[in-house]
Amino acid sequence: MALTKNKIVERVNDLGFTKKKSVDIVESLLEIIKDSLEKGEDVLVSGFGKFCVKNKSTRRGRNPATGADLTLDARKVVTFKCSGKLRERINR
Amino acid sequence: MNKLEMISALKKEADISKFEAAQIVQIFFDSMADSLSEGERIEIRGLCSFFVKKYKSYTGRNPKTGEKVRINPKKLPFFKCGKELRERVNN
Repeated sequence: MALTKNKIVERVNDLGFTKKKSVDIVESLLEIIKDSLEKGEDVLVSGFGKFCVKNKSTRRGRNPATGADLTLDARKVVTFKCSGKLRERINR
Repeated sequence: MNKLEMISALKKEADISKFEAAQIVQIFFDSMADSLSEGERIEIRGLCSFFVKKYKSYTGRNPKTGEKVRINPKKLPFFKCGKELRERVNN
């Protein structure tokens, strides 16, 4: 079973917040993270890792199905760099 | 943005105490770290998903010296950006 938003909401609920408040809090937290990345600002979480926004420049690509040349526009991507501590835990 | 700034922002946004905000940020990342350390997948709609990728042992090379090195089996979390986030960073 995968970890979903629902399970995180349940754990917040266990702190004593109402169900609705727990949902709101988790949504707020997700919004804060997305908002920061949207502004191009990295999100650093000590002990977990960092979420970075990287700029990709325009490049020439190819449609793998048809073989037609195409230009891929410059874009931004979000990358994740795992912290040493988390990496160690995963490999334990 | 770091964890402290995230806690302050959550305190303000959700109208809760700083202590509560700190607890929630901790629960959020601890839950994810716990799942990954058990090899469990994570799916946070709109933000991202993670899965643990297993790598077998292989012989690599030190790119500086060209020396052969044995790389032990390892596991690494693999990050996939969610649709909403991907669209928003490119607005």
